Amino acid sequence: MTGRARLAFGVLAFGYAFLYLPIALVIIYSFNESRLVTVWSGFSLKWWHALFANEAMLEAAWLSLRIALVSATGAALLGLAAGYALARAPRFPGRTLFGSLVVAPMVMPEVVMGISMLLLFVGSERLFGGPDRGFLTIVVAHTTFSIAFVAIVVQARLTDFDRALEEAAMDLGATPWVTFRTVTLPLIAPAVGSGWLLAFTLSLDDLILTQFVAGAQSQTLPMRVYSSVRLGVDPQINVLATIVVTVAACALILSGWLTRRKV
Amino acid sequence: MRFVIGLPFLWLGIFFLLPCLLVLAISLGTYAPDSVPPVELGLSIKSFALLFSDGLYLAAWLSSLRIAATSTLVALLLGYPMAYAIARTAPNRRPLLLMLVVLPFWTSFLIRIYAWMGLLADNGLIDQFLRWSGLVSNPGTILGTEWAVHLGIVYAYLPFMVLPLYATLEKLDDSLLEAAADLGAKPLAAFFTVTLPLSLPGIVAGCLLVFIPAVGEFVIPDLLGGTETLMIGKVLWDEFFTNGDWPLASAVAVCLLVLLVGPIAIFQRNQARSLEKRT
Repeated sequence: MTGRARLAFGVLAFGYAFLYLPIALVIIYSFNESRLVTVWSGFSLKWWHALFANEAMLEAAWLSLRIALVSATGAALLGLAAGYALARAPRFPGRTLFGSLVVAPMVMPEVVMGISMLLLFVGSERLFGGPDRGFLTIVVAHTTFSIAFVAIVVQARLTDFDRALEEAAMDLGATPWVTFRTVTLPLIAPAVGSGWLLAFTLSLDDLILTQFVAGAQSQTLPMRVYSSVRLGVDPQINVLATIVVTVAACALILSGWLTRRKV
Repeated sequence: MRFVIGLPFLWLGIFFLLPCLLVLAISLGTYAPDSVPPVELGLSIKSFALLFSDGLYLAAWLSSLRIAATSTLVALLLGYPMAYAIARTAPNRRPLLLMLVVLPFWTSFLIRIYAWMGLLADNGLIDQFLRWSGLVSNPGTILGTEWAVHLGIVYAYLPFMVLPLYATLEKLDDSLLEAAADLGAKPLAAFFTVTLPLSLPGIVAGCLLVFIPAVGEFVIPDLLGGTETLMIGKVLWDEFFTNGDWPLASAVAVCLLVLLVGPIAIFQRNQARSLEKRT
């Protein structure tokens, strides 16, 4: 190894150690016997048993999964429409406003978005008597937040690909809808899919927005984790972390493998 | 097409634009602790006046900006060499290295911050290590200080720094560096006169992607910081959930947005410009 290669290796080793050591330690200590997360006292699966017997945590996880499924799907549909409009409609009234509305939720501080959404729901409760804060309001908030992430990947994909394909289909007599379904959609499907996955992950992980709009009845997984973590370190959270990291790693490897196979 | 534009437009208008206007309206109301919700609508600037007269809020603004800025700088100093090293490795190894940068982002944010709680606590592993190694005899508590908050921000947002930097460094034309070397520039001089200026869009994008969310951060100062760590996101949260002063919390939100309009505009112009260059 030359000096420069050694330096590059050192930089990367340090960087990845910084990123992964804390996660690795959390995983290791999920198998710890002791309640203290600072002292290793022997291998044990008791926190794994405890987590899977923790009804409240399981219920919260189930709620979070349902919210993530619905809101990711909503965000994928709306984001697809928004991204398509941005890439294919060069001018329409209010396009500038539309463009900034689509991306603004991405850069908006989450506390600001949380408070604004809550005020909307409180207002509609006063005026129309509903909806009750809970599943529905959380889904709406997460969907709104995630549209941007889908729209941006869809728009990028649409600007990149060859428009001649769409024009050829139209020349051959396909209606705009048939063209979209048979030419455009298959080409941008991977972008919509990865946008969906991102929206799903963001929804599953969101704490701040959810805390504002959830109301008293609904407790999502991040809300449960947050309230338990605030009281200090809890080995059950280590177990949960181990599961989350494993699932995320598998999903990422799978998607990497799928995209590489296609090329 | 009208439907394709109209549906997301309507959705964002109702669930994003309207709420923003509501925040502005509520911030001009007055606090009415006895009614539900605790607001009396009106046109008063009382909440804003309080924000600018009470030293606590001013201190929170300043320390948010300071903490976000220093964390961004540290993330840049750590992220730049990483992005550079990744961009210089063999092309077939880059996807794996990039995936390893992105992976933490796909796991839970909350859990990654939690990971540091155990590490930084009294008698935590870092504390034990410092004592054992003899580097510091009495390290004191790290958890609950601004150090911990900085560390948390750098840790949580490092992927956002590395990715845009990598994107610009990867496109860098090697022949430019060779030309600089042929003309007699030493590697370090070539770096500062060629590589660094050319990677400026990546630096701007990365820094803003870390700085913007860091200013309004709530979870990190709440879990890793202590009572003396003032950050504006936490102030907003406490005003809202603990004190129930909705107009004041809304005023904080309005100010936070106004404060971030500048950085956000720079970010978007920077993105638009690099998008133009691509096509």
